[in-house]
Amino acid sequence: MFDLLVPVQPEISNNQPEIIMNKQEALFNYTLRLADNSLILSQRLSEWTGHGPFLEEDLALTNIALDILGQSKSLLEYAAQVEGKGRTEDDLAFLRGEREFYNTLLVEQPNGDYAKTIARQCFMDAFDYYFYSELSNSKDATLAGIAAKSVKEITYHLRHTSSWMVRFGDGTEESHTRLQNAIDELWRYTGELFEMTEADEILLKEGIAVDLNAVKVKWEKHIAEVLETAKVQAPENKYMQRGSREGKHTEYLGYILAEMQYLPRAIPNAKW
Amino acid sequence: MPTDLHTEEAIMSFLHEIPDPEIPVIDIVELGVIREVKAEGDTVEVIITPTYSGCPAMKQMEDDIRKTLKEHGYTQIKISTVYNPPWTTDWITPEAKEKLRAYGIVPPEHSTIDKGWLTGKTKALACPRCNSKNTELVSQFGSTSCKALYKCKDCLEPFDYFKCI
Repeated sequence: MFDLLVPVQPEISNNQPEIIMNKQEALFNYTLRLADNSLILSQRLSEWTGHGPFLEEDLALTNIALDILGQSKSLLEYAAQVEGKGRTEDDLAFLRGEREFYNTLLVEQPNGDYAKTIARQCFMDAFDYYFYSELSNSKDATLAGIAAKSVKEITYHLRHTSSWMVRFGDGTEESHTRLQNAIDELWRYTGELFEMTEADEILLKEGIAVDLNAVKVKWEKHIAEVLETAKVQAPENKYMQRGSREGKHTEYLGYILAEMQYLPRAIPNAKW
Repeated sequence: MPTDLHTEEAIMSFLHEIPDPEIPVIDIVELGVIREVKAEGDTVEVIITPTYSGCPAMKQMEDDIRKTLKEHGYTQIKISTVYNPPWTTDWITPEAKEKLRAYGIVPPEHSTIDKGWLTGKTKALACPRCNSKNTELVSQFGSTSCKALYKCKDCLEPFDYFKCI
């Protein structure tokens, strides 16, 4: 697999003026990043609709995709409101290019086999569960409200994907191998989940954002327990791929957007 | 044209006429999605809260609220959405829960204050058809966001469970 390598950032010299984000810009960027995570993950999951391994799983993934899409819609509406430039949630979803998306690299990775879809989802569900549990205490009432709503739904998702991890890992030799391969492939995208940006730091001081270092401790504990029960292991190689915080993505995001954005771009203002 | 008779209670009774788009045996007030109604002159504001973030029935409910209130003479209708506190199955009225059961959907068994649902510990559900407690969970995810799928091992019928949230 050839991921788009993220170029090394040139060091910013001291005599260059530093661009400081204001609180509004930070809140827009932060909310957009959360919305993008959910939007791209729901788009990926909905690729399974009608193709699930059996009926109940087809329904489960479609239900999860729908919950996540709803979360994304609430967040995009709020991002548009915070930005205050007259863009709507649809403009944000359908009229941005891939360098303007801030979703984490993990959610744009291809579905692969069912073990890979479940591993990706379990990693993300665990992150979202602890993240939104914390965000529900945010001083930003809208983010706190969306978080409190989301965490109830994510509780069901996490239970579902965690149990599938165990079923695959502690199942047959074939299912075990497939899950282990999925974990080996996806692990490198998990480090970026906890990366704090300028927006995070500004909003953390305001009591709005979540301290991702605290989320990391809880995430690692839950995932370690799941992996142990599932008799699989995190890979030895600790290299972590990053880039999405600056809008730098793996090659897959462009293809997702091409499919997702085709209609509103080809036929602007199309109506049902 | 609305008259003085259009109090907030009266408006609430109009909203009672609107069935849930997916489970038409209960209405949207019984479901607990109507948070508040404010009336002033010929303007009415209905504050709603979504059941599930992605529930596609919410848009249908908004359309139905507009249509019903228009029929009762309102021209200025505003619908606002609030997320906090988040909707919970605890807000479904006891009467509505019994209507669900009669319709073949087992209503939420727990109060969400009891955290058993979080850890997956659910009481044995009674089959809404034969009343047997010899039932099992097929999937936490069913035909709509709010339901899980169960199976009765005695009468062999599948049934829906309105899961706790």
